[in-house]
Amino acid sequence: MIEPATLIWVALIVVLLFLVAGPMLKLLAVSFERLGSGTFTFNNYLQAYGRARYLEALGNSLVLGVASSALAVLFAVPMAWAVSRTDMPGKALVWFVVMGAFVVPPYLGAIGWILLAGPNSGVINTVWHWISGTDSALVNIYSFPGLAFVIALHSFPLIFIFVKSALDLVSSEMEDAANILGAGTAAATRKITLPLVWPSILGGIILVFLETVALFGTPAIIGIPARINVVTTQLWQFFEYPVRVEVAAAYAMPLLLITMALIGSQKLMLARKGYVSQTGKGGERRPIRLGAWRWALFGWCGLVGALAVAMPLLVLLQASFAKAWGRGLSFDNLTLNNYTFLIFRHEMALISIWNTLWYSAAAATLAVLIALLVAYIVNRRLVPFGGVLSFLAMAPFVIPGIVMAIGFYAAYAAPPVALYGTAAILILAFTARFLPIAFASSTAALRAVHPEMEEAARILGSGRLRTIAQITAPLVRKSLIGGWLIVFIVASRELSAAIFLVGPKTRTMAVLLYDLSEAGNFEQLAAFGGILLTITMVLVGIGMKLAGRDFMLRRM
Amino acid sequence: MSRLRLRGLTKTFGATTVVDGVDLTLEEGEFVSLLGPSGCGKTTTLRMIAGFVAPTAGSIEMDGQELSSPAGVVPPERRRMSMIFQSYAIWPNMTVAENVAFGLKLRKLPADELRQRVREILGIVQMGHLAERYPAELSGGQQQRVALARAIVVKPSVLLLDEPLSNLDANLREEMRFEIRRLHDEFRFTTVYVTHDQAEAMATSDRIAVMHAGRIEQLDVPHLLYTRPRTRFVAGFIGRTNLLQARLEGGEVGFTGFAFNAAQIGIAAEGAPRDVLFSVRPQGMCLHNVPPADASQRPMLAADVIGRTYLGECWDYMVAPRGSALQLRVAAPPLQVHDVGESVWLEFDPRQMALVG
Ligand SMILES: Nc1ncnc2c1ncn2[C@@H]1O[C@H](COP(=O)(O)OP(=O)(O)OP(=O)(O)O)[C@@H](O)[C@H]1O
Ligand SMILES: [Mg+2]
Repeated sequence: MIEPATLIWVALIVVLLFLVAGPMLKLLAVSFERLGSGTFTFNNYLQAYGRARYLEALGNSLVLGVASSALAVLFAVPMAWAVSRTDMPGKALVWFVVMGAFVVPPYLGAIGWILLAGPNSGVINTVWHWISGTDSALVNIYSFPGLAFVIALHSFPLIFIFVKSALDLVSSEMEDAANILGAGTAAATRKITLPLVWPSILGGIILVFLETVALFGTPAIIGIPARINVVTTQLWQFFEYPVRVEVAAAYAMPLLLITMALIGSQKLMLARKGYVSQTGKGGERRPIRLGAWRWALFGWCGLVGALAVAMPLLVLLQASFAKAWGRGLSFDNLTLNNYTFLIFRHEMALISIWNTLWYSAAAATLAVLIALLVAYIVNRRLVPFGGVLSFLAMAPFVIPGIVMAIGFYAAYAAPPVALYGTAAILILAFTARFLPIAFASSTAALRAVHPEMEEAARILGSGRLRTIAQITAPLVRKSLIGGWLIVFIVASRELSAAIFLVGPKTRTMAVLLYDLSEAGNFEQLAAFGGILLTITMVLVGIGMKLAGRDFMLRRM
Repeated sequence: MSRLRLRGLTKTFGATTVVDGVDLTLEEGEFVSLLGPSGCGKTTTLRMIAGFVAPTAGSIEMDGQELSSPAGVVPPERRRMSMIFQSYAIWPNMTVAENVAFGLKLRKLPADELRQRVREILGIVQMGHLAERYPAELSGGQQQRVALARAIVVKPSVLLLDEPLSNLDANLREEMRFEIRRLHDEFRFTTVYVTHDQAEAMATSDRIAVMHAGRIEQLDVPHLLYTRPRTRFVAGFIGRTNLLQARLEGGEVGFTGFAFNAAQIGIAAEGAPRDVLFSVRPQGMCLHNVPPADASQRPMLAADVIGRTYLGECWDYMVAPRGSALQLRVAAPPLQVHDVGESVWLEFDPRQMALVG
């Protein structure tokens, strides 16, 4: 007799192979195949790395990754230390800054910074002209440092969260022990506290580095006009007519390998728990008294907050209600036209909003459903080799979104599957891409439900399915809603995977925003960004209400 | 017909045998404890009885019907049993009353009767006034009572408990021990109780099965387990004891440095000479300042007090029989005071000398 659990297991394997293994294997195969012929070749790799321009893009990506993670450390570590260890005032503000930087999609932040620091009419430069009386530019966002800076402003929360949670585990006694031996506060912090959290800082750096090299939106919006080519924008160019998937596949391989290697080493590093977590229990924690320095730290947090969240959002807000954003704040420059045009007259805007909402909802539902089943089966050891299932469910974590998208394109766009231009290919790609998020939250939720909770119901006469419905489901509902919302939110703003897979009728808001940015109409662009942000905010609000204040921050 | 019968019950995980040929029979209404050190397979045995784990070999029968064997396992929900878990497993999203009513609902009781039974049982476990509370608002002991009520309200054919008291503090544990026995005396459910705490097992059980490395070493009523352990493991695991090596030869029992007549201590010493091991509890000996009149008929010898500790309930003397390297612990009542260095007469109670190997 075949057990139902076995059937579900087999079905899940098939689904996961289709979602995860299929695209990746196809990508690998295509990269070694003479297009459409089925014969083996290295030619694609020769093409992909045969031009200085392509190699330079690869180098640019790496340097950009290093630069923006260094900047992100600079932004985040003092903030994390201040919030976790000191008596700095206004810690709630830091929380808003971090949440804000998380919630604003990176490409919107990039557009905000174009309005702020564009070389000619950017707000900062305009103010500078007015102060200095010259017409030279003070700052230019269309530059390599500008690009790194904007990316770091978006990604520093990753490091902040890593480092803060590590610092939260260091007991004050660690520092006291150094103090008693004669080290002052500064020395104790430098010699004891920071080394203790160093693995977390490094872990955060790796994540920011990886996010940077896999990022498409910001490099496309800022880098392309500045003639800075990186891996992701180069991949995009391989997709311009005539589409050269096989070269793109070959070109994407280093990105994939770097990601896998770094995530692997990060796991190894954080696995050396000896460092922090064992000191977590007991030890009392007292905030360090900073005296006047606390205002300096507060100023730093405020500055990062202004740069990352307040300034770009304000300038976008202004632009979205302006006839011409460069004319600044004045009554006769105010208009609602940008919004009304998008909503009532633009041919794609409403469709893309609708697409975004339902693709994201469908992907979130699928991802949570698959993830929950896998997590349940693995967690309750219902089948042998459950590890295979969880490996497949977690694998997309080491696949950059853009690589996954190219894999989906290679595997399923053309016949026989023929999903090109359909909603399905986007939904499936989003599902696969965000499966690890859903899986992590499902696993955490199920771990919190002691198996004895279920067994208590079984022994009283309730079958397995009834037990899941009446006992398990109500207990995990809250965290599942949290997981669903996170997947929805990240899917609704996903650009790098979407841009390779959309057809003329299946554009999403993120893709349309990118289209608008290419057209250069910043007022409409800002208004559309405002709509996207509003939708996100509403969802984040719902999530906080249902799943707790920090539900977004727990996604790692 | 006995209620529950385990025959040669065996479970292996990979290469390790965790439960090894357990035979156990429970009569209707009997309360049996599985007692043993951590990792000896108690929980695994209990979970096989409940149907959560399939046996590798052997079988489980209830009322003559086979429930588990390597060929197939009746799932837990169809065994009409109840179980109390170490974690209590009270569902946090349901009130106390809803928790208790869960099993009754599955049995499709009419609403009136259901409410009546829930009220009744909550009264019995003294939780009536907290029926509408949620578990998070209860203390550990109260949660334990809810778990008890939830398990017995369905009138199970067998009640299973897995270290139900191990999460409570010492006082509460003692109180709940008596509570569990009181409920058993009231309802007489056939009960299997897993614990590694011997006092708990002694206070609650009709019989105790001492487990060691997956096997039942001895199955006996509590006081015999204490006074007549049958294996060295049981002697050492239950209470404190003195282990004495001896040689049976020609009607004599030769210990190190002294010997007794075999008949005197009730041992059959026929056959070839052989080495044996005795377990003698500290309470199985007594000390005299002068030998009693009929001393020669009793197993008795001269000894020296070489150490002592006052434990409140009794003295714990360390005594060395003269001419022997042995050191024995002997318990004596608080008013029987001997100084270190004093010469005494040490008498053995033959009924409390257990042959353990
Ligand atoms: N699913 C399993 N897979 C592998 N080994 C197991 C499994 N379940 C139990 N074991 C092993 O079987 C042995 C006995 O476990 P069991 O839980 O029955 O012990 P126990 O007597 O209840 O101990 P404790 O008093 O610590 O609860 C242990 O060594 C345990 O590691
Ligand atoms: Mg156990």
